[in-house]
Amino acid sequence: MIKKHLIILSILILGQPIKAQEFENYTQTVKDLSLSFKMMAVNGGSFSMGAPESSERHANEKPSHEVEVDDFWIGKHEITWEQYDAFVFGEFGPDKFIAKDRLLNLGIDAVSGATPPYVDMSFNMGKGSFPAVNMTQYAAIMYCQWLTSKTGIFYRLPTEAEWEYACKKGKTDSNKDLGNIGWYKANANNKYQKTGSKSSNSLDIHDMLGNVSEWVYDQYSTTFYKNSPKKNPINIPTQLYPRVIRGGSWKDTADKLCCTSRQASNQDWKQRDPQIPKSNWWLTDAPFVGFRLVRPKVQPSKEDIKKYWLDAIEDFGI
Amino acid sequence: MKKKTISRRNFVKESSLITGGVLIAPSMMMASPISKKENVLKLAVIGCGGRGTGATAQALKADHNVKLVAMSDAFKDRLDKAYTSLSKIFDSSKIDVPASRQFVGFGSYKKAIDEADVVILTTPPGFRPQHFEYAIAQGKHVFMEKPVATDVVGIKKVLKAAKAAKEKKLNVVVGLQRRYQKSYLAAYEKIKNGDIGKIVSGQVYWNSAGVWVRPRQEDWSEMQYQMRNWYYFNWLCGDHILEQHIHNIDVANWFIGEIPISAQGMGGRQVRTGKDHGEIFDHHFVEFEYPGGAVVSSQCRHQHGCFTKVAEHFQGTHGISSTKGKVHATLNSLDGNTIYDHNGENDPSPYQIEHDHLFQAIRNQRDYINNAEYGANSTMSAILGRMATYSGKQITWEQAMNSNYQIVPDEDSLSWDSLPPTICDDSGNYPIPTPGKTNFIIS
Repeated sequence: MIKKHLIILSILILGQPIKAQEFENYTQTVKDLSLSFKMMAVNGGSFSMGAPESSERHANEKPSHEVEVDDFWIGKHEITWEQYDAFVFGEFGPDKFIAKDRLLNLGIDAVSGATPPYVDMSFNMGKGSFPAVNMTQYAAIMYCQWLTSKTGIFYRLPTEAEWEYACKKGKTDSNKDLGNIGWYKANANNKYQKTGSKSSNSLDIHDMLGNVSEWVYDQYSTTFYKNSPKKNPINIPTQLYPRVIRGGSWKDTADKLCCTSRQASNQDWKQRDPQIPKSNWWLTDAPFVGFRLVRPKVQPSKEDIKKYWLDAIEDFGI
Repeated sequence: MKKKTISRRNFVKESSLITGGVLIAPSMMMASPISKKENVLKLAVIGCGGRGTGATAQALKADHNVKLVAMSDAFKDRLDKAYTSLSKIFDSSKIDVPASRQFVGFGSYKKAIDEADVVILTTPPGFRPQHFEYAIAQGKHVFMEKPVATDVVGIKKVLKAAKAAKEKKLNVVVGLQRRYQKSYLAAYEKIKNGDIGKIVSGQVYWNSAGVWVRPRQEDWSEMQYQMRNWYYFNWLCGDHILEQHIHNIDVANWFIGEIPISAQGMGGRQVRTGKDHGEIFDHHFVEFEYPGGAVVSSQCRHQHGCFTKVAEHFQGTHGISSTKGKVHATLNSLDGNTIYDHNGENDPSPYQIEHDHLFQAIRNQRDYINNAEYGANSTMSAILGRMATYSGKQITWEQAMNSNYQIVPDEDSLSWDSLPPTICDDSGNYPIPTPGKTNFIIS
């Protein structure tokens, strides 16, 4: 009984608007599951997004442009299979989530779960504290909605700008020896590795570069940087493909493990899905794509959150 | 990457223009040997779920001059969804299925098959023998999904029709796509060549968390419920040892080059025991014996939170092989040296190759194909495994094939008010096979 009260109390505290002095790292626990998520506070600010014109980086990283992002928390680790399977195989009865009126305040009418996959989506590379992969961006967003519905706190994917800001502010790619901080083609033994098994960056965030590439929220565009808004830029997705992944993975060469590197999703990631419409939830050919959480310090309005929960776009393989 | 999306769409549109007889460019007309009207191949799909829709799309992409003319499904909503999906991918010259050629309900397969030259059979597997038998009798080429039956009587029907197909030179592709996948084909060639010697043992796996459930709704009849939630009823599905694990058992038969002489094993339902989980087991472990002395352990499990693996391993007198579902195939010598290592990340989709080959064979651009016999034998191997785990007895191939084990009724006799072959008690529970009590072979 006491334990139960403590849990409720801690949820209430976390659910309060956070004052400036309380903007610290914290661990999110989940009511009826033995899961915890370490969230790292990142003070917002201005930075130069993208790669300078003079650099030899890919054209899609240019032009570099001044961007400002608000404060947010970001996951210390990539979401693991243990954390992801709790969603895929979880129970979805109303008693498993916060009360209906609170859900509505978070722009959530109903929580929907992923269809279970036909095969083991880890492709025998490891479960448990290994990073979850092969989920669609829609599934990653629905995961955030599920966690929001469990905790009453708005979780979402990072925007492309937030992701790059956290990467650069944490000086992730300034380490001379990439092998110290990231799993990639040269050291990963052709598979992903346990999350957090390489050194963290200066914000104490692990695996931002390498291990698995990470979904961010934005539609991929090579022209967006030219016209990007300065404050909290976000290229809201309207088409299923391409969307952005960041950070490079165990499959990538060193040049992709860079804070400015951008990659785009494509329909070949479902090449071996034999059904039509293809799954909204699973990629059959992307064992290198995962994600991590973000929580904005200031929770947006109900209307803004509602807009964030994207509808699935059916994939007919065209 | 966006470019690719566009180019694929163009391909589909261009090919439909050719079908429509529009002259795009002289070179394209030359390249396409199919400008005569009689060369249009008419396609019908029987079973319009996600897989039937996917297979239809693959067939329509496999050949420039094929069009879908008829569809059949037990449920109108499934047929409608498939029609809508396909209409988004292909234009009307490829999808020519007016309401008069959309056939719904039990027995509707006949009308759809009658309209076509090539048929796709993708209903739940229990119906496959009857559909295949009819399609061959009517002289149609066939793509059919695995498994090809759920009982022994069905297997015999398929084997008989397979012979008839051969006599009539009707091409038959079975959706055991590992046989069309580069990594597996490469491993098979090496094994056939003797690179790992004679296979003496193997382990094949489909250990996963399970599949979808479609809970009962109040306004459904018992027959409607079982047809919607078909995975959990043996007459329709055959249990997951058949419906999924057949892929891995088939690799054992293929690589060893034999079919089992006997099976014994154990299984049950420990975790997946809800009312909407029908009558099937959630785990099976079977030992298959082959005539040449090889023994293969087969394990399949549908339990969340357990060790997962989908793969095949074989030990030969000179080396070992390991193949995994997607892209990997490795062969090693017994002293650990790599004989062959296939990484087929960029290999084409085997699901598409199945249809490419089928249509090339129909067009006489490649040799005649008939996968029905091995499809039936691998289906029977998995059924034999299921008979062994359900009964707890060792059962020989011969015993099983001499039995008249039948769980599927004649589809033409069914209606939505018919009682299915298995029914639940008053509290909604179905009879569960019990090792030591369930008996298939009366000796």
